[in-house]
Amino acid sequence: MIELKELTVGYGEKPVLREVSMVFPPGQVTVLLGPNGCGKSTLMKTALGLLPRQGGEILYDGVGLEHLTTRQVARKAAYLAQSREIPSITARRMVLHGRFPYLGYPRRYRAEDYETAQKALEWAGAGDLADCPMQELSGGQRQKVYLAMALAQDTETVFMDEPTTYLDVRHQLEVMTVSRRLADMGRAVVLVLHDLSMALREADRLAMLADGALRQIGTPEEIFAGGELDRAFGVTVRRVWTESGWLYYCQEKQEPKETE
Amino acid sequence: MKNWRTSCIPNNKYLRIYAALAALVLAVSLLNLCLGAEKMPLGEVLRALTGGGSGTTAFRIVRYVRLPRLCACLLAGGALAASGAIIQGVLSNALAAPSTIGVNAGAGLAVALCCAIAPTAVKVVPLAAMAGAFLGVMTVLMIARRTGASKITLVLAGVAVSSIFSAGIDAVVTFVPEALNGYSDFRIGGFSGVSMARILPALWPAILSFVASLSLHNEMDVLLLGKEQAQSLGLPAERLRVTLLGLAAVLAGAAVSVCGLVGFVGLIVPHIMRTLVGEESGPLLVSSALGGAALLGGCDLLGRMLFAPYEIPVGIVMSLAGGPFFIWLLQRRGRLHD
Repeated sequence: MIELKELTVGYGEKPVLREVSMVFPPGQVTVLLGPNGCGKSTLMKTALGLLPRQGGEILYDGVGLEHLTTRQVARKAAYLAQSREIPSITARRMVLHGRFPYLGYPRRYRAEDYETAQKALEWAGAGDLADCPMQELSGGQRQKVYLAMALAQDTETVFMDEPTTYLDVRHQLEVMTVSRRLADMGRAVVLVLHDLSMALREADRLAMLADGALRQIGTPEEIFAGGELDRAFGVTVRRVWTESGWLYYCQEKQEPKETE
Repeated sequence: MKNWRTSCIPNNKYLRIYAALAALVLAVSLLNLCLGAEKMPLGEVLRALTGGGSGTTAFRIVRYVRLPRLCACLLAGGALAASGAIIQGVLSNALAAPSTIGVNAGAGLAVALCCAIAPTAVKVVPLAAMAGAFLGVMTVLMIARRTGASKITLVLAGVAVSSIFSAGIDAVVTFVPEALNGYSDFRIGGFSGVSMARILPALWPAILSFVASLSLHNEMDVLLLGKEQAQSLGLPAERLRVTLLGLAAVLAGAAVSVCGLVGFVGLIVPHIMRTLVGEESGPLLVSSALGGAALLGGCDLLGRMLFAPYEIPVGIVMSLAGGPFFIWLLQRRGRLHD
């Protein structure tokens, strides 16, 4: 399990988020929420060791991140970046790279790696895409291949930075379903999402980041009741009860009318 | 397991492409040995190669003139093209190549300096060239990193570094005019006057460096996914980038030390091969090395034959023949990988 203790993150000298303490428990989908520029992606990259931290501690199963090699980290946490280079390689090759942290020099993929990759592709619903070049796939299909790569990496924690952005609604829902299945398999799934209603509906836990700090962390119910959401985003979040549970939606903030 | 087997099919495709390219290299080699001011039948060439008929004119022409020149061609072409494939992959930049980002110019400056200071130390030249190439590539990498490392910045920085190094070469030649005497056609690239003694010190480092980079082909593929994604897959990205660029510098330096500043091979051959084998680093490296050797061999043959008995330096043929072909390729494909 990955644990952040009073972690301060940022670029260069300027901190973006101060003293964030939280854990990413296995079996749960944790969503990082916050307005643009609040430091969600920065927090994620720092937790993965992709950016240097400015203070505090990052513990992987109780061991400080600074004591782990890049490869050891890669066996514990997978990462789907927000923007990516799309090389013209096949989907299978792409997923195979998920096995990379398990190989020693000279790195040659073994038969069992091919097998794991194929299973992961099928698991993500992209088994038929194995031989297609990545550049010919749609955004939604690519995202499935990336999810398969994260699965093939076989880590306890999976970080995804805005996995639903630029996808059409069906693929957005599919990505959320896959995230839920990953969590049901005992993985800790950590997502950055922009869609408030989707985040409130799908997450087990939400972390509200705003104004350079972790404002609140809790279940969707707690976050909804807390009111931090309305303040941070400058909207009014409401909900209605439907057959499939609470449905959350946002309204423009009602400014209190001045009395004349 | 059924699906696993289907993944082996492309390997056969690669093997076929390698075989075709190797056949091309062989054909170009034999033509290079047979044709020239003195045309020689294939039988006589083969006899000279296997050591028969020593002392005859044919033996001397083949063993002391054409064979060294052919070896230099194949070495330089293969090394430059492989170096270009590595550089383009590591910097994920289609415009990057030894001749465009200051690697060749760096090597050239080092060769010029080396010849000016120690004219007799032929064996040191390749080492100096490799060091110069490494200096060139690291300078560009550092500038690009400090300025934000956008793809176009990198190429612009390379152009600037190239011209600084070129000015350095000119300065050396101005002050010590005889520095590059042993290297006629150095600036445009050429093979006249090459000898086995000059090739061997460059050959071994080039081969070792090629094998080493080939053994890192999976790492290169992972690096192509972008630095952060690569690092999250357990790849020490920064260290690997420097290692691979170092290997590319050794290859380019080896080439420059035998044939001078041949441009273009390192830029166009990887692009041509990408249309054949795709973007996976292993096949791209192997096919680029073979293709580069064949191309430079072919160009040198043309240069020797077109206006025989006069010779045109290979650099001129390369640009005259390669340029239009590359433009044609660009137009046909619309755009190359970017």
